[in-house]
Amino acid sequence: MAAKKMRTIYLYTRYERLWHWLQGVFILVLLATGFEVNNAFGLLGFHDAVYVHNTIGLTWLIAFAFFVFWMFTTGEWKQYVPTTRKMLAVIMYYVYGIFRGEAHPVPKRKDAKHNPLQRLTYLGISAVLLPVQMLTGILYWSYNSWADLGLARLPLEVVAFLHLAGAFAILIFLIVHIYMTTTGHSPFAHIKAMITGWEDVEEGVDIEDWERGDQKA
Amino acid sequence: MRKKRISGKESRKWFFGRGIRLLFFVFFCSGCLWVVESSAKTEETAPGRKLANQTVKRADPWITADHSRHAILQQEFSSGPEVTGACLSCHNDAALQFHKTIHWTWLDPATEKTDRFGKGGLSVNNFCINIQSNEPRCTSCHAGYGWKDKTFDFTDQTKVDCLVCHEQTGTYKKFPAGSGRPVSEPKVFPGNGKTYLPPEWNKVAQSVARPTRRNCGTCHFFGGGGDGVKHGDLDSSLMKPNKALDVHMGIDGRNFNCTRCHSTREHRISGRVYQTPAAMHRKSLIEDDLASKITCESCHSRKPHKANEKANDHTDRVACQSCHIPSFARVNPTKVWWDWSKAGKKKNGKPYEENGDLGKPVYMTKKGEMQWNKNIKPEYEWYNGSLGQLTVKDTIDPASPVKVNWPIGAPDDPDSRIFPFKVHRGKQPYDKVNKNLVIPHLFGSKETNAYWKTYDWGKAISYAMDYAGVPYSGEYGFVETSFVYPTTHMVAPKDNVVGCGECHNKTESRLAGIAGVYMPGRDQFGVLNTVGWIAVFASIIGVALHGLGRIFIPKNNRKEE
Ligand code: HEM
Repeated sequence: MAAKKMRTIYLYTRYERLWHWLQGVFILVLLATGFEVNNAFGLLGFHDAVYVHNTIGLTWLIAFAFFVFWMFTTGEWKQYVPTTRKMLAVIMYYVYGIFRGEAHPVPKRKDAKHNPLQRLTYLGISAVLLPVQMLTGILYWSYNSWADLGLARLPLEVVAFLHLAGAFAILIFLIVHIYMTTTGHSPFAHIKAMITGWEDVEEGVDIEDWERGDQKA
Repeated sequence: MRKKRISGKESRKWFFGRGIRLLFFVFFCSGCLWVVESSAKTEETAPGRKLANQTVKRADPWITADHSRHAILQQEFSSGPEVTGACLSCHNDAALQFHKTIHWTWLDPATEKTDRFGKGGLSVNNFCINIQSNEPRCTSCHAGYGWKDKTFDFTDQTKVDCLVCHEQTGTYKKFPAGSGRPVSEPKVFPGNGKTYLPPEWNKVAQSVARPTRRNCGTCHFFGGGGDGVKHGDLDSSLMKPNKALDVHMGIDGRNFNCTRCHSTREHRISGRVYQTPAAMHRKSLIEDDLASKITCESCHSRKPHKANEKANDHTDRVACQSCHIPSFARVNPTKVWWDWSKAGKKKNGKPYEENGDLGKPVYMTKKGEMQWNKNIKPEYEWYNGSLGQLTVKDTIDPASPVKVNWPIGAPDDPDSRIFPFKVHRGKQPYDKVNKNLVIPHLFGSKETNAYWKTYDWGKAISYAMDYAGVPYSGEYGFVETSFVYPTTHMVAPKDNVVGCGECHNKTESRLAGIAGVYMPGRDQFGVLNTVGWIAVFASIIGVALHGLGRIFIPKNNRKEE
């Protein structure tokens, strides 16, 4: 890889980076306090864990609304449109090629920030897992109003089950996600990019049209 | 395509400018709210507290009569009924009112008189079991004179004891085995070795006023024949409690009398009455200022805690008492175990008593083996305010411990709450053939085969069952039983409450036995929790292996070079 010439591009905007880390902190706190509520360990004590969990949970909901708004006004959502092209290649890269020192089959570009696997994962996370977690969370939170909301027959167990299942899924995603950041050309390259906005990419590799975020416009 | 990009850029600009500022503003606000709220915690501003303080702002009701100046109370009296006659000469409806109350009948007003449901009838407990044939001892706590056996005339107005509830000298004492009468000559009660003196009738009669803690406590702090035997949240420590023991009654605080909450109409004192809940509706005094004031919510409202406190969301399912009475019997011990089957053992041919650590008897020849305890954590049950209770006519299953009484309630009943109880356990006699609890004739004479004279269970049971008119096979055994008391007094100051984690706890929850609700922290989803953590663990191992692979697998095989 070192043989290739590197070029630095501005990949993540300030808002994107801010959002990423903010959401990261929120999710970490929600995981920690949520699993304390689930009684996996003691940290803040049950009362404060619930209080922090609910406060951060609601704050996150509001902030997420901003993120969604940003996605649609900037057209960034197109970066998440799923594709199966080269998906297999990407999977094969992580299963096999990466050990051989092969180059990533879908390198990052300004208008193609995510590879097909990332696109699908992030779409799943942002459009399904997190919103479902928020939905079950807000339901859980509004438990005492269920009768007024016409949900009197909804068992709390069901909501708690889905919320807990979501929490496990998010925790697992987080573990893999953090690991994946080390797979750049150097272990901290991706993390550095998410802090500064600048990512090192290989020079000269042409990206194909379909990889561009704005391809459909 | 060009156009789109530009509009995208514009909105990005908007975001760097106003958008981010807005975002920070939101976080800033919620942060401020958080700080303000947590600092407010130290102030005494809980809405339920403010409300309750308003309720008790008014001074005590005034009085328009000085009883010491009534000529009729200055005459010579020689007995209780004479005094009552004098009271009734003005208060001519008082005895008639009182005759209708449970304090007089000792029967459940919600059932037919012929059912004999109630402690004056055939209902049983696991202390001294039942009144039938034991009246003279039990009725020393009856607000009447002379209920010595089943011939007592419940319609005689002069037999009402006005004084025990109304006199204020503190000198009026009913003889413990005198059928509710004070003595007419000084007399020693062998049970406690104390000498009882005849009342100074004039002083006592002229002192009358509204009942105070001492009046109620004379009987209710000594239920079961001794201090704190029965309730655990009612004993002599409440005569002059401090605030730490009882926030309402504390003499260094509000100094409530019992009647502050147990409001009264026509001598009917509000409180729990067998199967009838103390309060049928969640009413505050603002909604209805004549409502029975017995509930916490009457004064403190349904959302007594500060806004956003999760505790406010609990009031529909968890009784206030469950968190605010973390333990009962905090000053004096209460009895928790009474095994009648061990009674009758003698030392050198003589009955004896032995005291335990807490200065309370742990063995008595007359009563058997017992245990006492202090600072007891309550047990919790669903409870809608009514209790079911066995009579000697009910069939029991002696194979497992028998519930002599039990809270009625269910998780799906909107009127039920999770409520704290004192549970008194023990062993008591039952009929092995007919399978019902039995009454022993405890107090009486050798001639009537009273157990406390002869120590012969068979004869004592036979006598009492015959007296009560209930069949008895002649074969008795002992069965383990339990008896519950709702815990509602000894409300602790707000710093001494049950913390969330004492119930929302998977290993040692106070509510471990409460079924029918999902409780975060207490309840786990067995499979999900296991599978979830295995998956988390597996992904950690997975990425670790992947990482090791990247480090250690040699990379000389570069395809694309
Ligand atoms: C990353 C996102 C989140 C994670 C990982 C997460 C995790 C958890 C976990 C593990 C529990 C314990 C479940 C149980 O044992 O029953 C929990 C409880 C809860 N969560 Fe979340 N949660 C998240 C987001 C939210 C959001 C957005 C809300 C909405 C305000 C929320 C509200 C709640 C509530 C109300 C409870 C129950 C707490 C209680 O009252 O005892 N959660 N959460």
